[in-house]
Amino acid sequence: MKPAPFVHHAPRTVEEAVAVLGRVGHDGKVLAGGQSLIPILNMRLASPAHLVDINRVTGLDAVTVTDEVVRVGALVRHAGLEAHEGAYAASPLLRRALRHVAHPAIRNRGTTVGSIAHADAAGEMPAILALTGGVVEAVGPAGAREIPWHDFFLGALETSLEPDELAVAVRFPRLPAATGTAFAERARRHGDYAIAGAAASVAVADGVVTSARLSFVSVTEVPGVVDVTEAVQGQSPEGIDWSLCDDLIRDHLSPEADIHATAEYRTMLATRLAHLTLAEAASDSIASSAGGSAA
Amino acid sequence: MSEPVPEELLDVTVTVNDVPRHARVPARRLLSDFLRHDLGLTGTHVGCEHGVCGACTVLVDGAPVRACLMFAVSAQAHAVTTIEGLGTIDAMGPVQQAFTECHGLQCGFCTPGFVTTITAYLEENPDPTQDEAREAISGNLCRCTGYQNIVKSVLRAAEIKAAGS
Repeated sequence: MKPAPFVHHAPRTVEEAVAVLGRVGHDGKVLAGGQSLIPILNMRLASPAHLVDINRVTGLDAVTVTDEVVRVGALVRHAGLEAHEGAYAASPLLRRALRHVAHPAIRNRGTTVGSIAHADAAGEMPAILALTGGVVEAVGPAGAREIPWHDFFLGALETSLEPDELAVAVRFPRLPAATGTAFAERARRHGDYAIAGAAASVAVADGVVTSARLSFVSVTEVPGVVDVTEAVQGQSPEGIDWSLCDDLIRDHLSPEADIHATAEYRTMLATRLAHLTLAEAASDSIASSAGGSAA
Repeated sequence: MSEPVPEELLDVTVTVNDVPRHARVPARRLLSDFLRHDLGLTGTHVGCEHGVCGACTVLVDGAPVRACLMFAVSAQAHAVTTIEGLGTIDAMGPVQQAFTECHGLQCGFCTPGFVTTITAYLEENPDPTQDEAREAISGNLCRCTGYQNIVKSVLRAAEIKAAGS
């Protein structure tokens, strides 16, 4: 349960970090918060010869809120983003989901960008990046590039980041005004990996649903989004039957069985959580548009 | 497979319980092992070594973190508080005193992680409800007392702290 030896690199700038990553290639791993990486190293599931520790790189620890996005730097800890009032006001879904990311002691150290770069479909924040239509900002030897979420997540724990690229930030676009959101997950113990989780965004205009989208945790191979608008469009959220979305949801899911749950149970749970979050997001949309018109 | 890497030694200085402490350690030295092996502070206990059990929880700049999921070199220039920094047998901190009064421990293996976690929690939440107290300790595992007395200890520690302030 100890990591194998590695060479520790502590660059001070993004350029230095990228240069080291370029030199060490596939033998290198980026260390930010380490809350996913260090367990893997401790269990020797991986033994990279070089760790590029970016914790001393300056300029990566900011949360920036603009009219369009919440931009999160690569050294922002989950706890920092969770506590950020400006980010919460701009995109309440971030805090709603972050509260489910492991335990507070893990959130104090783990970074949001790191969990997205880890690309675990059992992680909450990859699902949120997908649902909000987010973008990863990467810097490599050829300069900076932006990777939309759907081009970023390629497979289980696999992204389109090159070995010599560093993810320096992610941008979560703010959803259109009067779009409501909700997040829910179930685990045996709060803070453990979810058996299943769901995030929903719903827009209600003139008393009817105009848009409804979902993203899931722990029941797909790759973080993704399913648009269920066509199943419920034009209906009043009062007494709506959200199970009209079930065919679309089931087509989207690919749950696996493990010691905690069968695939059938995960499908049932994810579907129920979808109903729950869709209803909550619809109420949130109505409440936010009522608040908006009053202001 | 890449060639094995020769072990490189680094000078690491960490402020532990208000005292700067130095050791020359390999980069892969976990903070938990740095505290125990290099500094001889064996109050921090090592359970699962992958972040699940919470036994090794210490405070880094006042915030609880898993010492097994952090390298000593990453703690450089930070202030670490361990169980040894939270009281002595003659002058126990409020959380330690509450654990004693409420039978919050039995074998004591998990206790340092609980005490550090609860100490930091009560700084932010001085008057928790029973449900909040239970939630506050959800990241720490205990395999002998069960959690009833630990929840009681959280509430009692809040009382002791309030009375003392």
